[in-house]
Amino acid sequence: MSQLLQQIVNGLSLGSIYALIALGYTMVYGILKLINFAHSEVFMVGAYAGYFAATWLGIESMEAAGQAFPLYLAVGVLLVAMASSAALGMAIERLAYRPVRNAPRLTPLITAIGVSLLLQNLGLLVFGPNPRRYPPVLKEVTYELGGVVLTNVKVTIFVVTLLLMVGLQLLVHRTWTGKAMRAVSVNLDAAKLMGIDTNRTIAATFGIGSALAAAGGILFGLDQITINPLMGVLTGLKAFVAAVLGGIGNVPGAMLGGLLIGLSEQLVAGYVSPDYRDAITFLVLIAILIFRPEGLLGVVRQEKV
Amino acid sequence: MIRRRTLIALLTLSAVYAGCKKDGAAGGPAGATSGSAGPGAGSGEVVVGHYASMTGSEAHFGQDTDKAIRMAIDEVNGSGGVVGRKLKVVTVDTRGDAAEAANAVTRLIDVERSVAILGEVASSLSLPGGRIAQRRKIPMVSPSSTNPKVTEIGDYVFRVCFIDPFQGKVMAKFAKENLKIERVAVLKDQKSDYSIGLADAFKAAFEPTGGKIVVEQSYSKGDTDFSAQLTAIKNTDAQAIFVPGYYTDVGAIAKTAERLGVKLILLGGDGWDSPDLFKIGGNAINGAYFSNHFAPDAATPKAKKFVADFKAKHGVEPTGLGALGWDAAMVLVEAMKKAGGFEADAVRKALSETRDFEGVTGKITMDPQRNANKSAVVLKVVDGAAKYETTVEP
Repeated sequence: MSQLLQQIVNGLSLGSIYALIALGYTMVYGILKLINFAHSEVFMVGAYAGYFAATWLGIESMEAAGQAFPLYLAVGVLLVAMASSAALGMAIERLAYRPVRNAPRLTPLITAIGVSLLLQNLGLLVFGPNPRRYPPVLKEVTYELGGVVLTNVKVTIFVVTLLLMVGLQLLVHRTWTGKAMRAVSVNLDAAKLMGIDTNRTIAATFGIGSALAAAGGILFGLDQITINPLMGVLTGLKAFVAAVLGGIGNVPGAMLGGLLIGLSEQLVAGYVSPDYRDAITFLVLIAILIFRPEGLLGVVRQEKV
Repeated sequence: MIRRRTLIALLTLSAVYAGCKKDGAAGGPAGATSGSAGPGAGSGEVVVGHYASMTGSEAHFGQDTDKAIRMAIDEVNGSGGVVGRKLKVVTVDTRGDAAEAANAVTRLIDVERSVAILGEVASSLSLPGGRIAQRRKIPMVSPSSTNPKVTEIGDYVFRVCFIDPFQGKVMAKFAKENLKIERVAVLKDQKSDYSIGLADAFKAAFEPTGGKIVVEQSYSKGDTDFSAQLTAIKNTDAQAIFVPGYYTDVGAIAKTAERLGVKLILLGGDGWDSPDLFKIGGNAINGAYFSNHFAPDAATPKAKKFVADFKAKHGVEPTGLGALGWDAAMVLVEAMKKAGGFEADAVRKALSETRDFEGVTGKITMDPQRNANKSAVVLKVVDGAAKYETTVEP
């Protein structure tokens, strides 16, 4: 029993990270019908930005002296990473996607793959290919409840994800920017005619999604101990599956999809065999595409011809 | 998804190819004497090729080995070279990738005109590389690939280290006799020939002594989450976990185990041998044991000199893999001297006749299967460093 609960706890924290990344895919898809493959690299850059910010703030000497990293600095690290990724996400949109926005749908898709590969290899070049240990931005505290080990990192991951998700939901449904986003996602041209600054709205979407990915990057580094420039490849792909599973373009769907993927991975690895972990994730994707292409929470939209 | 991955593969390959071409053109002329005379003819420098993981998650292996090989060759050149010719090391990066390893060896033979090949550390990479060397009949000496299959490729492939069946036996014996452990869990990398081979060897040696493998778990290279496997292991009555993996993964596994409250002794093999193990694993790796080729703190005079030279030149202590790199280069040089030249078949024959060569990692004698017959040491991790524990003879 405690083993099952432990696997569920591990699955929920892993799934939360997928959910945070999945949001970026889902938001961009919702608004532009574009699968932004470069998003997994924005996630990676966010993790590295957090790494360098923490190192610059002297986390290593603090750790050597046995001091905990102060919470306000940890929040600062999170903000720096979110800002860097947001800037990167918006730059990618401005430089790579906007020029091809009105081209046939395949063009932006190929562009996205190109940007993704470019950033991966730039990452290898700039950050170096060796995995780096993630600095303990949050000092780890372990609790044990009836045989189930819970760390404050895992709790933080879950809580931060939930908060960001609620915040995003409020932003989309309660603010003007959110309203503009929803309008653009329904019809870009009509939104423009109604006086909405579509370029700004799209840039904001990229910025917000990228900032969330950066948060995911830091949490991932804390949870998984090491980071490397190719960390986004598989993680990003799984987050994309999560977005499709929940219904791409749907914010609560991304959360649900992420948690389901995280749980299924842990349970498959724990009870079936770790060898099938990734295989089953992608089987889920295939099954969803066949039986419910709109995803669990997605709605079928009539496309007018 | 498939389309994306194929694209990634294609684009990466083409990028690498473009890179290779440029490098090849720059480094080419040295060995490019006229065709029919063969690569060893002429009077210029003779190229010894080295293929290694200079980048990637096992980069430390390649870099340490490469530094030691260059030290060895510099020393040989300083004392007049081989039959009056100076040697030159050309290193090609495999990035820890099997397809790249085969490309690297092909390039070393065709473009760089190497007379002999040194490498790789990882068995998964020595296998594709060795097949190319064998097909082209160029002698290859692997410094530290311990999977038996590597030298089974053919008569041109040698190694200067012991093999996994022996390494597995060493740890099984050590666990049973020194640590009095009865029940062990195994956690192996199912994408690595080295890891699978070592896990099997450990099992084969541990079970007949009355020990029990209570659970076998696996991960795949590139995984960063080990909590599912360790949670499953936690719920068994295992006393120790045998982790025959490489240092990056082992460090993360130790950390995750500590986090999950898995307080078992970790055991492993020579794949642990890197300072990065302590950097990533931190306190969690203290108290673990691993088998290795060489212990810097319990060395022969020859080894002490090597450690001192290496430290003077690079500022850090060499790992066991570095020591094997030095031995691989020196065994090859000895064979070339004995063959009186660089003709591939003569060098191959001289290599197979290596007897009692006094290396940094001990006395090296090639057995009929082209494996070195030698002793192993067990190291214990104490306060972020590996300390000599005991020696196990073959």
